[in-house]
Amino acid sequence: MSATARTVGLPILVVEGVSLAFGGVKALQGVSFDVREHEIRAIIGPNGAGKSSMLNVINGVYHPQEGTITFRGVSRRGMVVHEAAAQGIGRTFQNIALFRGMTVLDNIMTGRNLKIRSTFLEQAVWLGRARREELAHRRKVEEIIDFLEIQHIRKTPVGRLPYGLQKRVELARALAMEPELLLLDEPMAGMNLEEKQDMCRFVLDVNEQFGTTIVLIEHDMGVVMDISDRVVVLDYGRKIADGTPEEVRANQAVIDAYLGVAH
Amino acid sequence: MLYREAGQFRATYAEDQQIFPLRQDRIGIAAVLVLAFVVIPLAGNQYWLSAILTPFLIFALAALGLNILTGYAGQLSLGTAAFMAVGAFATYNFVLRVPGIPILAAFALAGICAALVGIAFGLPSLRIKGFYLAVATLAAQFFVLWAIQRIGWITNYSASGVITAQNYSILGIPIETPVSKYVLTLSIVTVLALLAKNLARSETGRAFMAVRDMDVAASVIGIPLMRTKLLAFAISSFYCGVAGALYAYTYLGTVEPEAFNLDLSFRILFMIIIGGVGSVLGSFLGAAFIVLLPIVLNYVVPPISEATGIEISHAIISNLELMVFGGLIIFFLIVEPHGLARLWQIGKEKLRLWPFPH
Repeated sequence: MSATARTVGLPILVVEGVSLAFGGVKALQGVSFDVREHEIRAIIGPNGAGKSSMLNVINGVYHPQEGTITFRGVSRRGMVVHEAAAQGIGRTFQNIALFRGMTVLDNIMTGRNLKIRSTFLEQAVWLGRARREELAHRRKVEEIIDFLEIQHIRKTPVGRLPYGLQKRVELARALAMEPELLLLDEPMAGMNLEEKQDMCRFVLDVNEQFGTTIVLIEHDMGVVMDISDRVVVLDYGRKIADGTPEEVRANQAVIDAYLGVAH
Repeated sequence: MLYREAGQFRATYAEDQQIFPLRQDRIGIAAVLVLAFVVIPLAGNQYWLSAILTPFLIFALAALGLNILTGYAGQLSLGTAAFMAVGAFATYNFVLRVPGIPILAAFALAGICAALVGIAFGLPSLRIKGFYLAVATLAAQFFVLWAIQRIGWITNYSASGVITAQNYSILGIPIETPVSKYVLTLSIVTVLALLAKNLARSETGRAFMAVRDMDVAASVIGIPLMRTKLLAFAISSFYCGVAGALYAYTYLGTVEPEAFNLDLSFRILFMIIIGGVGSVLGSFLGAAFIVLLPIVLNYVVPPISEATGIEISHAIISNLELMVFGGLIIFFLIVEPHGLARLWQIGKEKLRLWPFPH
C-alpha cells in the first residue's frame, strides 16, 4: 500500500558491523543493515533484543565499540549527540521525553532551535532578526500543529495532556526539526486502537508528504506488516532476518525467536 | 468582571506572542510603572525609598538572576551572593582605576566580570546535577569572599576589606539623594527585567527550559548542553553582578565582603522559592515578600500583644520573623512549589470565569 506515490531511493543510512557492549552485556553484536531514502524501515524483535540501543547508536547517544554508521555519505562511530540532530536525524522516545514544564507550542518551537540564527543578545532586545525569526518559525510550527491536529491544545502545558496526545506532541517536536531521517521508538505503545490508527496515518502522511525516511521500532505486528517497506529483526543483539514484511513473516528464525523453539 | 478577554481577538502571531496579550494586563503594568516612576518618587518619604523600595528592587534583580539559572535552566546554585560581590567590587575597581568611566558602563563591565566568574564556577555543571551542583557552587561562595579579603588590590588595601562607594553622576546629575538612587535602581531593574522576559519567551529561554526538563531530549533535538548551561550561568551571574553593584552603590554605600555571605545567597534562594521558580514576576513577588515581611510583622505584632495583653519583646519579634520564614518555605514547598507567581496566575484564571466556578 505504501510505495506508490513516493519512490524509494538509494541507501542514505548504512549501519555496518555495529557492536555495542555495556561491560559484559552485549547489547548489539555485528549488526549491519541499510535504510533507503524515503522508505519506512521497521526494527522488530523480542524485549531486550537491542532495538532501542540501535536507535541510540544511530543518533549518537551511545557510541559503539565496533562498526560504523554512514549517514548521507558521512561515516562515523561516536559523535556528540546534538551533531546528529544537525545532520538531520530526528527522534522520538519510547518513554515520552517531552519538556513537561513547557506548553505544547513551546515544546514544538524548541524543535526549531537549530534553524535559529539570532544571538541571545538580539533575542533579549526582541528586535530585528530575532523577532522576524520567532514569527517565521511560529508559522512553520503552526503548520505542523495543523498537520497533527493538535490546535486545541497548543497553549496547554504538556504535563497535563493524556498519553496519546503527548506521543503526538513528541512527533510534532521531531517534525519541527524537518529531519531527513526520523527515528520513532515505539510510537504506538500503550495506545488504544483508534489512537494507533491515527498515529499510523500520521506516520504514513509524514513519509508521503514530506518524503521523510522513517526508522521505526514497534511491537504491534499488524502495524509493522502494514506500514513498513522492509523489516529488520533483532534477537539478543544479533540480526536474524532482514527483508520485506512477507519474507520476514515466513522466516523460520523469526518464528523461533518469537515463539521459542521446542527442545 | 473587569478581567474579561471577551472581544479581544489575536489575529496575528505577533499579537499572540506579546508579553501581555490581554488589554487589562497592559493597563495594569502601565499603572504599576506610572506608580513606580512618577508617584513614588514624588510622594515617597526618605525611609521608604532608601530602606525598603531600593533594596527590594535590588533583591528582585538578584532573585531574577538566580531564577534564570535555577528556575529556567534548572541548575541549582548557592553562589548568588558571591556573584553579587564580584559585581560590587568590580564596579569599585573600575570607578577607581579607570578615570572618567561612566557609572553605567562600570555597572555593565562589572556584570560582565561576574558573568566570567559565573562561567568558571558553572563548569562543574557539565558533569554534575542538582544537589551536588549546589555544593559545587558553594565553592564560589567561599572562594570569592576569600579572594576579596586576602587580595588587597581588590579592596585598594583598605583595612578589613571595607569599600566605600565613590560619588558618581549620570549626565551631570549627581546621584546622591534617596530619590535619585531609587529612580536609577528602578530604571536599571526595569530594563533588565524586560530583557529577561524577552529571553524567556525566545529560543534561549526555551533552550534553558528544555535542558531543565529533560536534558537528553534537549541534546537529541540539537541543543548543545555545554553551551546552554554555561550561557545560563553567564546571564544569571551578569544579573547578580549588576544587583551586587547596585547593592553597594545605590543602597549601602559602604560594604564589607562579609555582606555577601552565604546568608544572602540563601535569602535570595528563598525569594525565588516563595515567589515562584521559573517566573520573572515571581522574582519580584518573592523579593517583596521577604523585604516586607519583617516590616509588616513590626507593625502587626505590637497591636496584637497590646490587645491580648501578652508581652512580646523585640527579640521575640525578630525570632518570629525567622519562624514565619521557615514555616512559609515549608508551606510553599508542599502546597505550591511554583510560589506566589502561580497563585497570582490561578487567581487570574479564576477571575476570568468569575462568578462561575468552571
